[in-house]
Amino acid sequence: MESPLTRNIQPDRVPLDIKAVKRAGGYEALRKALKSMTPAEVTDTVKRSDLKGRGGAGFPTGPKWSFVPMGPEAPRPKYLVVNADEMEPGTFKDRLLLEGDPHQLIEGTILAAYAIQAEVGYIFLRAEYKEAERRLRKAIAEAYEAGYLGRNILGSAFSAGFNFELHLHVSAGRYMCGEETGLLNSLEGRRATPRAKPPFPQVSGLWGQPTIVNNVETLSCVPHIINNGPDWFKQLSYTEDGGTKIFGASGRVNHPGLWELPLGTTLRELIFEHAGGMKPGYQFRGVLPGGASTDFLTEEHLDVKLDFTSVQKAGSRLGTGTAIVLDDQTCPVGMVLNLERFFAQESCGWCTPCREGLPWIANTLEALEEGEGLPGDLDLLASHTRKLGPGNTFCALAPGAMEPLQSALKYFRADFERHIEEKRCPWRN
Amino acid sequence: MLSDTERQEIESHLAEYPYKRAACIEALKVVQRERGWVSDENLRDVAALLEMTPDELDNVATFYNLIFRQPVGKHVILLCDSVSCWIMGYPNIRRRIQERLGIDFGETTPDGNYTLLPVVCLGDCDHAPVMMIDEDHHRDLDEGKVDRILESYREEA
Repeated sequence: MESPLTRNIQPDRVPLDIKAVKRAGGYEALRKALKSMTPAEVTDTVKRSDLKGRGGAGFPTGPKWSFVPMGPEAPRPKYLVVNADEMEPGTFKDRLLLEGDPHQLIEGTILAAYAIQAEVGYIFLRAEYKEAERRLRKAIAEAYEAGYLGRNILGSAFSAGFNFELHLHVSAGRYMCGEETGLLNSLEGRRATPRAKPPFPQVSGLWGQPTIVNNVETLSCVPHIINNGPDWFKQLSYTEDGGTKIFGASGRVNHPGLWELPLGTTLRELIFEHAGGMKPGYQFRGVLPGGASTDFLTEEHLDVKLDFTSVQKAGSRLGTGTAIVLDDQTCPVGMVLNLERFFAQESCGWCTPCREGLPWIANTLEALEEGEGLPGDLDLLASHTRKLGPGNTFCALAPGAMEPLQSALKYFRADFERHIEEKRCPWRN
Repeated sequence: MLSDTERQEIESHLAEYPYKRAACIEALKVVQRERGWVSDENLRDVAALLEMTPDELDNVATFYNLIFRQPVGKHVILLCDSVSCWIMGYPNIRRRIQERLGIDFGETTPDGNYTLLPVVCLGDCDHAPVMMIDEDHHRDLDEGKVDRILESYREEA
């Protein structure tokens, strides 16, 4: 089984310096692209690989790039932005790639920039990832020194003097910055409120210029696709979605951690083999398969294949691929309360359903936990899952927040009812 | 008044962006690194440097969780209160810090050594519960470990 994304990552995550990276085949894909492939060929290769975005939404990467205006008439400059603002609760996979192999990300970023002919790039990093910041700064400096960044990259006549400047932008903490258009506002020095779409960032993004925003893991796949071809990438997975994925597990499992596995690995294999199953004395009850804004799956879903289509068919989303496990000694209502408090806090306040609805939901759940729940509360919560659902809000934050709530109401309804009937949280007192 | 060092550091970031205001979050962090927090006076100075109004800059400053518009202690404890840490015992960690330091979220110890704040998922979920103090991550916390960590920052003081 191949694991291209993590093959150069050491157990202690100390990254290779650029000499060692080059010996291990780093920047070969960049050389290949700049010396023998047109930008359109790079985009087409990524398109044929079936790479889908690894940030949570799963949008196909090649088609996304192909919306960018190309040719001599296209607006200049164009921008390539790396979304390294990993703040989805329970998600810790981009951190591994940022700390463990920053050059892989930089190479993927330059390749993406070449494909859309971007002149300038920003890596948008969350402030708390201090180690990643130090390592990225060093790696970017090394890449400039080696001629992979800057003017006339690799001096290739074929790619006709391709220029690309890459900057590191360190944020100051707000979940909304992970939302594509919120991120762009934040990069411009504004509050990270979402923008109306259309126009889409591919046409009018950062400072109104054509812009692509891609996740860290997505871009880290690109050098391998260029080196080995789209068919190789597709056969890495067990299903129709191409490639491997950094999967993770946290909660009361024996070995919480991260593993690079083929897309299509089952939920059972992830939790009961790689994560070593439940800790002694704890039973499995459910799991958020891909971060805080995905629907719960339960025992009956353990054989679901972890790829974009299969998880969606099971009623959830692959999301970020980092599973948060609920055990029998943790209150599902308390867990959902924790999640909704997070979403209520991080709502940017731009649109009313999200700003007003999320605190109302959090307060209702808190009342249930305090033994003050009323018989109508579950209907009230259910109606909110629709009112804050897709189509009623400006961005995906509130609909994402509704996913764990609506599925908890479905799978753990008896536990919610017990809170009301017994006027207490059965797990706490 | 901004110090020369602050001014130079802020100006060094301007070249990375086509518009000055794009550097405003970095500029606020530069001030905060020097002074611990951003006062009204600092805010006005940074706004002038970046050709923004103070209101425009405060609008940005108050949006971001890690820009402090009030004084904080010498060490800022950022305790993760997100879901994986919550499952793995965050409430006990919070209680322990409260008992030891006598402060809750948003408060500073009377000696000015610590401020306690909640923080969104620190991306260390396989080592939950976790917290950051200043720039250091502390993982796999239990009550005894919290005591030892707090003690080590006290000695430094």
